[in-house]
Amino acid sequence: MTRRLLTGNSAAAWGARLARVDYIPAFPITPQTEIIEDLAAWIDRGEMEARLVTLESEHSMITAAGAAASSGVRAFTATSSQGLLYGMEMVYTVAGWRTPFVMVNVSRGLASPITLESDHNDIMAARDSGFLQIHCATCQEIVDSILIAYRLAEHPDVRMPAIVNLDGFYLSFTREPVDLANASKAQAFVGEYDPENLQFRGNSPLSQAMAVLGGGPYSYFRYEAHLAVQQALTVYEEISDEFDDIFGRRYDMIDCYHMDDAEYVFVMLGSFSTKARDAVDSLRAAGWKTGLLRPRLFRPFPRQRIRQLLQGRRAVGVIDQNISMGMGGVLHSEFATALYGLKDAPLLGSYIGGLGGRDINQQEFFAMADELKHAYDSGELLPPRLLYTQKELTEMRKLQAIAQAEHAEIHQT
Amino acid sequence: MFRIRFHGRGGQGMKTASRILGTAFFKAGYEVQDAPRYGAERRGAPIFAYVRADKSAINERGIISHPNLVVIADDTLVGMPAAGVTLGVDAHTVLLINSHESGSTWRQRLNIDAVILTLAAREDTEDRATLPFIGSRCAAAAAALTEVISRDVLVEALCEELGHLSEDIVAQNRNIALGEFDDMARHAGLVKQSGLPSASEYVKPDWIELPFENAEISNLAIHAGVTSVEVRTGLWRTMRPVINYENCSGCAWICSTYCPDGAINVRTDGYRRSITNIARVAWSVSLNVHPMRSSRFQNTSPVLRKPEKRYDA
Repeated sequence: MTRRLLTGNSAAAWGARLARVDYIPAFPITPQTEIIEDLAAWIDRGEMEARLVTLESEHSMITAAGAAASSGVRAFTATSSQGLLYGMEMVYTVAGWRTPFVMVNVSRGLASPITLESDHNDIMAARDSGFLQIHCATCQEIVDSILIAYRLAEHPDVRMPAIVNLDGFYLSFTREPVDLANASKAQAFVGEYDPENLQFRGNSPLSQAMAVLGGGPYSYFRYEAHLAVQQALTVYEEISDEFDDIFGRRYDMIDCYHMDDAEYVFVMLGSFSTKARDAVDSLRAAGWKTGLLRPRLFRPFPRQRIRQLLQGRRAVGVIDQNISMGMGGVLHSEFATALYGLKDAPLLGSYIGGLGGRDINQQEFFAMADELKHAYDSGELLPPRLLYTQKELTEMRKLQAIAQAEHAEIHQT
Repeated sequence: MFRIRFHGRGGQGMKTASRILGTAFFKAGYEVQDAPRYGAERRGAPIFAYVRADKSAINERGIISHPNLVVIADDTLVGMPAAGVTLGVDAHTVLLINSHESGSTWRQRLNIDAVILTLAAREDTEDRATLPFIGSRCAAAAAALTEVISRDVLVEALCEELGHLSEDIVAQNRNIALGEFDDMARHAGLVKQSGLPSASEYVKPDWIELPFENAEISNLAIHAGVTSVEVRTGLWRTMRPVINYENCSGCAWICSTYCPDGAINVRTDGYRRSITNIARVAWSVSLNVHPMRSSRFQNTSPVLRKPEKRYDA
């Protein structure tokens, strides 16, 4: 085992390299750019056999990735935040082509206001596109998830593109020890890409029928895509078992921490969940039976497994690093849907935090556990909470005082 | 776990310092996490980087809010709230400042309980922030203070992280780093590890219900101009530009075109300009060497005009 320190971005580049991708359409955006810089440097030095092309936008980049996969080559690309949104038309479109490739999204909050720091509203915007979604919590998981994602995306029962998501800054620019898979083992695991009947060729132009008339045919294709994404649940289990056999690292579709006897459970996606692990440890040391449930696979959504895991628990705090304006946390809604009608379902609390890189500190986890317990003991409903402190509001007021002073000045002149 | 923060200015090598220390810990058998925070992403702007090291896997993430060691490469950052140098510093923290002034002076000035050390000055440099190889020095000093990193491991880590530079530069960094390491050896072990916060006794977060405020208050309105007075965006100024009036031809537009927005105003006499808010504007152009003093502009006769008002009541 040779471990080395890698940033999340380098880990992502290594994932693409170990998967022996052929074609990388690229467009830069913070905090993703290091991924394509690493790949470009390797290709330039002849250490990696692939073609990297910089496109004029994410819209073109995602089109190129889909088109390349349709022509039978293994494609990889990466983006973030505004870039993902700019390419969103093609995110939905290429998923409909049923072309398997892997795109890394480095999560970053969306404008407005603009920020470089991380939250999950960007990746949530791709939720309903047909792309499979794997969310990573560590740099190690990034490399491994990219290998798994190719297998999953290219599986004949699935054949859909996949997004591997990692958090900006908290993973993208953070070095952690990573055990890189042996190149030939990785190659054997990922295998050759079989494009089946995807037959785009430059020398024999054909039209891939893209338009339908009427709701019947339209619904057929949309339903089939949905069913294919659902198939990925079964396929994922086989692939993750195989990965474990070969590399000795286990990636269940749901990462469970101290769930065996947990009465109070945190639910989170992504790298902030490791903070929740610390909180679970500290709370257990203080005599609380707490646990953490982290979906790695977000699309398809492992609904049945979640019902099994949460039945009989006292209360669950879903911590969303996203906000659906006028509704609340997306993950919370999905868990509420998953648990609806379940006998002995736990109380479900909603917390929104970590927007634009805002920290969620240990004391906040402790206080959440406290609220969950109080709700269980008293039987009172938990109102959703937007994590925000008096100190943060005070700082905000200082900024507003400046803005208001200016406002006054302008109106005087 | 060791929790260490490096503060400096963009260009001083704080990211490199964190990587050297991170790699050294890793080679010494520790689990490691290191990361930079780029801040304003400009040379001279405050930046920090951090290193966590522990014998078991590290779950903690993001900014270190309770550091065991804070290394400050540039002492002008200490008084700058936005740089956040003293964030979470308490009696268990060691502060290492690159400063001419003594640790006790800093302790009085900051009125904090922390142990404060200073990097030894070996060169008669007026501005210690410009000391060469400051990143390697900071990394080496930090390594010595933890006592768990040997000289050899430090050198190995340094060579790995600086391997892309010329042999000569690496050798110079190595020598200076080792000098610093040996110098700090008398304080070896001063920096201690700390554990996780307790869940049985903790200060509750001061959570509030965020009140609804209508758009007149809560929209993103920024009305230009005056923010440069109220918000000190010039934290990263390293040079102060001045107007050389002898060289000013009174054209009224070339310098204002090439200077940051709002920096140049026309004076009431209509011919000469003053620099407003200049202390707060990032700028490296010296007006003594006029960037546009070329033949291309010799024959133009710009019309003297006042800057347009950007907004009216």
